[in-house]
This record gives sequence, structure tokens and C-alpha cells, in this order.
Amino acid sequence: MNFSYQMTALYTILVKEVLRFTRIWVQTILPPAITMALYFVIFGKLIGSAIDSSATDGYSYIDYIVPGLIMMSVITNSYSNVVSSFYSAKYQGHLQELLVSPTPNMIIILGFIGGGVIRGLMVGAIVTVVSMFFTDLNIAHPVITLLTVFLTAVLFATAGLINGVYAKSFDDISIVPVFVLTPLTYLGGVFYSIKLLSDFWQTVSLANPILYMVNGFRYGFLGVSDINIYACFAVILIFWGILFSIAYFLLDRGIGIRT
Amino acid sequence: MSKALQINNLRKTYANGFTALKGVSLDVEQGDFFALLGGNGAGKSTMIGIISSLVNKTDGDVKVCGFDLETQRSQAKSMIGLVPQEFNINMFEPVDEILINQAGYYGVPRKEATIRARQLLEQLELWDKRKNMARELSGGMKRRLMIARALIHRPKLLILDEPTAGVDIEIRRSMWDFLTKLNTAGMTIILTTHYLEEAESMCRNIAIINKGEIVKNTSMKTLLSGLNHETFILDLKTPVTQVPHTDEFTITLIDESTLEVELSKDFSINRIFEVLNNHDIRVNSMRNKSNRLEELFLEMVHQNNAENTSEETA
Repeated sequence: MNFSYQMTALYTILVKEVLRFTRIWVQTILPPAITMALYFVIFGKLIGSAIDSSATDGYSYIDYIVPGLIMMSVITNSYSNVVSSFYSAKYQGHLQELLVSPTPNMIIILGFIGGGVIRGLMVGAIVTVVSMFFTDLNIAHPVITLLTVFLTAVLFATAGLINGVYAKSFDDISIVPVFVLTPLTYLGGVFYSIKLLSDFWQTVSLANPILYMVNGFRYGFLGVSDINIYACFAVILIFWGILFSIAYFLLDRGIGIRT
Repeated sequence: MSKALQINNLRKTYANGFTALKGVSLDVEQGDFFALLGGNGAGKSTMIGIISSLVNKTDGDVKVCGFDLETQRSQAKSMIGLVPQEFNINMFEPVDEILINQAGYYGVPRKEATIRARQLLEQLELWDKRKNMARELSGGMKRRLMIARALIHRPKLLILDEPTAGVDIEIRRSMWDFLTKLNTAGMTIILTTHYLEEAESMCRNIAIINKGEIVKNTSMKTLLSGLNHETFILDLKTPVTQVPHTDEFTITLIDESTLEVELSKDFSINRIFEVLNNHDIRVNSMRNKSNRLEELFLEMVHQNNAENTSEETA
């Protein structure tokens, strides 16, 4: 399959993925916008107004949590898009449409990841717009902001693909988001600075990869971070490299998808 | 000219230790209409799965139109169109999108894919349903959609795994006509089916697989000529209470208006009428008790099973 054919296949998977989640926008696009609006109202405005800005690097609480909440919606949506799309294709059998075709595994991986990234970023953009109803957004480092959110979406879309490959039931596709992703996100500095924690819990928090993404993104917005920005990028890239290698290995061997 | 399909010593042992294919070798010529018959669990679907890259082989070689499935996977895959046994379409996707996407996976741009999709949907009488979700189609329509999907990239080899299962007779016949036209236009077709009259009426060559082994691989004509006897059902014009006795064939009275006659191929069918005529028995109509291929198929499978059993015992 030459390069032009491969690009047609990639474009096809991307279009299919985007059409899939936009067709069911009430399930995919609307809920995060509403959930995040509630977060902004309750945590940002009502509770946040009572929080001293010394706990949030001198920023108002709502300004402090906006980057984390945007990142949270990006992580959740890029992950869940790929895991649900890939597992549904496997469950209904139409993943075979791709497997019998000459589309290389690399293109299949990039197509599904691309679909997850597009949804993650689209939801992230919507949540950003929603946040503008509650606070004035200023972006200190636009390139870092965009790079962090893009790489994080790629990373979690890749993780979603691995989950989709391994999943054998609909329970399997909800276990990781509920029991792993959500706790790590909530404990990843979305709502607080780890400086508020004791030394021990600060050290424990450093083992949470989401902390680096949230802080990298917050640095892009506000110019403040609990973590060195280079360390943020290094962690994102290392984790992505590991997850991508696993995803490629699984598809290449046909584990979970071929008999 | 390379063969449409060359399978050499193909083996498949599943993780649970079950050996589905025990060194199968098979050639299918280009332009052939080939029947692959076998009972449930005989190894047909495993073989088709390996050819279409859905099942990993344990050993052996497969070439499609001269392209090795292992070393020239991309070219080999481009040659194949697959219509699987189970419905494997995205039920929540519109009919036309299913075809256009499938074409895209083979590198066909959307503009060209849209034209091809229209042609196929019109030919298979699905054009009116192009914007319907796949789940809204009837069983027969879903089958036709899967055929259209398998053809959208214009393969050289079309593999149909029980394409007419659960399809009513009218649609089945229109599908037979469609497949015959494709074959006449030069496409190689491999068909597995449980409707043996389907295989007998359309296919020129045949392989019978049983317990992971090819037990017969020949032309349909040669195979049918090997039938030793045929059984006919005769509907009588007037009721009878006794049947004539003859050493040439066996006549059994099913009921007072129906006879069953088992005739060896050494005797002419005319002899039945001569004997019955002599006993003043008039025949209204006559038909085969079962399909001729069905009789042969069962005979061969039973024979093969008996041989396997005796080998195991020995």
C-alpha cells in the first residue's frame, strides 16, 4: 500500500471516528460541557470565593482550577473515545473491515488515536469557552499550553486504545476510567497545589503522571507550576513512548483482535 | 497466469490445543466458481479466516493471485473481498458510509468510492436504503450490503461464507444471479454454503473438508458422476396398496400415493417407468429425495469419519 493510499485510509478512519462521536453529540460533547460548568459554578465561584489566593500561587481559585478542569475533560474524552470506539468495533465485529484490508497497523493506530485526540481537543475547546463565562482567561505561554494539551490527548488516546484491545466486555472498558483515571486526575493537582500537602504526600503525588500534565498545562495558562516544565514534557513523552510501543506490539501480534 | 488461491500445507492449532486444519493444500484457478463444503467445525471458517488475515496460521503458505500472504500481505489483501458468515457491519452507521469507508481502507478516495457505492447499491437494490442505519435493514438486505462492501475495492477473489443463510428464496435466487454475473465477468468466487443445491447449481469445482482435512477436491461434474445411486420420490396418479418387486432397484411404499425408488447408476431411469407401467401404476410427478450433492457429501464425510475412527482404534 503506497503512501497516498495509506493517507486515504488514515483520513477515512479519522472521518469515520469524528462522524461517530458527533452523531451522538448528546452523549459525547454535551455532558462534559455541562459537568464542567457545574464545577466552575460550585468549586470556582461558590466555594472558590472563600479560598485564600495564597493557597493558589496568588491566583483566584477559579483561575487556578480552570486549566486543570480543561485538562481533566481532555484526558477523559480522548481516552473514552478510543476505548469505546475500538471495543464497539471489536464487539460488533466491524473491526474486521479494517483487519481484512491492507491498511497497515500503524495507520489503524494513528487513526484511532487521531479520533480520540480530535474529540479530546474539541471538548477541551468547548470547556474553555464555557470557562470564559466565569472568568477572564489569559494564556501566559500559548505554545506550551497547546503542546501540553495535544500531547496529553495523544497519550490518553493511546492508553484508551490499549484498553480497547484488551477489553473483553463492557465492564472492562469502564474499569480503568472509573478506578484508575478518575482518582489519578482528582489527585493530580486539578483542584489544589501539591505544596499544600505534607512532604510525604508531595513525594507520593510525584508518582502520578497526571500531575505533570495538569501542571504543564497550568504553567501554559498562568505561568505557575508545582513541577518543572521540562519534567512535565519528559514525563508525557516517556509515557507516550511506552504506551505507543505496547499498542503497536498488540496490534502487530493481533493480541485481542485476531484468533 | 497465477492461481487465484494457492494453499500449501496449511495448519492451525488453537491455543486450547484443538487442531482445526491438519495440513490443507488447495488450488483455485482464476475465474473459477469454487465450492468449499464441510460440516460445522470442519475447518472452513478457520481456512477462510487465515486467508482473510483474521486468524493467525500455525504453519503453511497462502498465496492470493500470486502474492504471498506473509511477505506481500498488502497486495494479497487487496485481491480479496470477504463476505463473512456473521453480520459484522456497524449497525449504527448509514449504509452508504459503510461502503465509502471500506473503500477508503483500500486507498480508494471518497469521490471515487461514492461513485462505486452508488453502482453497487443500485445493482444490489439497496439504493433507496443508502441513508438508513444498517440496523434498520432486513436480514437479506444486510447480506447484500456485506456483498457490496466486499466488492467496493474491486477484488479479484470473492470469498462468501454462507452468504444466503437466513435469506428468503426470492432474494437468494437474485443473489445467485448476481454472483453468477460476477463470475461470468471474470471474478473468482469461493463459496461455502449449507444449501448444497446452491453449490451444485453454481460451482464448477469443489473441495470437501472434514475434520481439518480435504477429503475430496475435484470438479463438480466428476464428483456427481461418482454418485452410485439416487433416490427418487414418485407421486402417483392413483393410489396403490402393493408395490412391484424387482431386483434392479428398490421400491418402497411411503403411503398409498407416494413411492420411494432407490436406483443404482448402472440402471436407466426409464426402467422405473417400464416396471411401474407394467403394473399399471401411473406417475404424476417425480423428484429427487435429496440433493445429489448432499448424498455424496454425507457419504464422503461418513466414510472419512469411519476411516479416522478405525485409524484411532488401530
